[in-house]
Amino acid sequence: MNDKPTTSGTAKRPRRQAQASVLYDAPGPQARLRYNVYTFLTILGLLLVAWFVFVRMDEREQWEAEKWQPFFTSQLWTTYVLPGLGGTLGAAAVAAVLALAFGMVFGIARLSDHVWVRIPAAVVVEFFRAIPLLIMIFFLMRGSWSLFGTSISTFWAVVLGLMFYNGSVLAEIVRAGIQSIPRGQSEAALSIGLRKGAVTRLILLPQAITAMLPAIIAQLVVLLKDTALGYVIGYSDLLNQWRNLSSAYINLIPAAIVIALIYIALNVALGYLATWLERRNQRSVRSQTKAVTGPAEVGVSAAGPTAGGGAAGPRA
Amino acid sequence: MNVVLENLGPILEAFWSTVLLSVASAIGALVLGTLLAGMRVSPVPVLRASGTLYVNTMRNTPLTLVLLFCGLGLGNTLGLKFSETVTVNSYWLAVVGLSAYTASFVCESLRAGINTVPMGQAEAARSVGLTFGQTMTTIILPQAFRSVVGPLGSVLIALIKNTTIASLIGVAEAAASMRTLIEFNGNAVIPIFIGFALGFMVLTLPTGFLFGWLSKRLAVAR
Repeated sequence: MNDKPTTSGTAKRPRRQAQASVLYDAPGPQARLRYNVYTFLTILGLLLVAWFVFVRMDEREQWEAEKWQPFFTSQLWTTYVLPGLGGTLGAAAVAAVLALAFGMVFGIARLSDHVWVRIPAAVVVEFFRAIPLLIMIFFLMRGSWSLFGTSISTFWAVVLGLMFYNGSVLAEIVRAGIQSIPRGQSEAALSIGLRKGAVTRLILLPQAITAMLPAIIAQLVVLLKDTALGYVIGYSDLLNQWRNLSSAYINLIPAAIVIALIYIALNVALGYLATWLERRNQRSVRSQTKAVTGPAEVGVSAAGPTAGGGAAGPRA
Repeated sequence: MNVVLENLGPILEAFWSTVLLSVASAIGALVLGTLLAGMRVSPVPVLRASGTLYVNTMRNTPLTLVLLFCGLGLGNTLGLKFSETVTVNSYWLAVVGLSAYTASFVCESLRAGINTVPMGQAEAARSVGLTFGQTMTTIILPQAFRSVVGPLGSVLIALIKNTTIASLIGVAEAAASMRTLIEFNGNAVIPIFIGFALGFMVLTLPTGFLFGWLSKRLAVAR
């Protein structure tokens, strides 16, 4: 995407071609006064909301020290939070590797010249993208006996569910990435005598991966967030440990805030990685391909800008 | 497949509440998301900062946590009540959670849409003396909406799928119905799953096609 700052200071900085700053003029004395009034009103409103929340929580005794104190003991962290974090990161890591492999295979299969490869791959990808991940994970847990003839652990139910869903989304990203490469590349490769497989492997994929990297990482953020769905089947991830620790210390809301902050920190870190990679890509002279953004949801042929999303797609 | 056919009535009822949940949350998310997008491009730094903070917080929290917080935190601990009836109450708590979460994605799509509106439009609006609010509501947002119909469709589809998580706080929608059916028919897990998967595809696929078609029809010719 473009390097323009979406918001920019109006007065100090010389106006670049930033869209947002075009929406309003550099404020004159009157406008500055008006903006100050708005600023005041906004702060007042925010303070009111904060006050309301504070009073409400105070009424329900959520600020009591004993509800917050446990977070300063190592026992809480070693018994609940760290194992939970391990569960979340472990499932996310395994699922990410599997989903990347799944996405590679099906993304390339959807571009195959053979109809009997292309169509089934498309059906699989569209199917897994169209159904909610939650019922997929629940089904894998409960249906594993009928499916595989053996019951699987909660870990594998979560990992496989994540693999199927995110793998399908990644397959679309791979497909878009390969399609974004100028036709001349594969034509040139074919004309010097490479075979189809070699063209994909040596020419298209290396370039496509550079273009896809930000979108892939954005999808990995989604995957990391989706591990929280393991809660449904009782996989002991961070979210599940939130329930355990909040029933142990009877501090549901303080614990929710702390756990949410951990999730946010993890995802923001990954999101920054994506942004950084995107910037780096833009500087790179070698890759001529444009960065691929995440694919639209099922059936939507994105006619509009696919720039939506940014850090994470709209999944759970 | 018999299990599904025998229970078709309750299943359809459950899918109907999925639809109701999606529609209410979609409206909430659209309103809140538009407001947030307006805040994030506004000339007032405090508004921009609070909009950004909200979006980044919501976008990076798992929806499961958001909804459980709504159900257990807002509902039980803080005693937020929309209705005396438990089911109605959990429905509205779920709507609040889903709207709050989805609004951040609506906001981000809209902001991308605002960037597609040519600069000349805003400059022309300003030069005839429109204020920021007038420029946004009469010039920029109508064009921005038309260019993000496709991405908003994606957000809606994701929302429909995300309503399944509301089953965790006791909303009797499709995923909850599937769980109950599987509890009582452990030997027919696969047919039940296929039935519900088809149900969701009936909801999501046409939505996708509708929005794909709409986005082509409404695209601003430039």
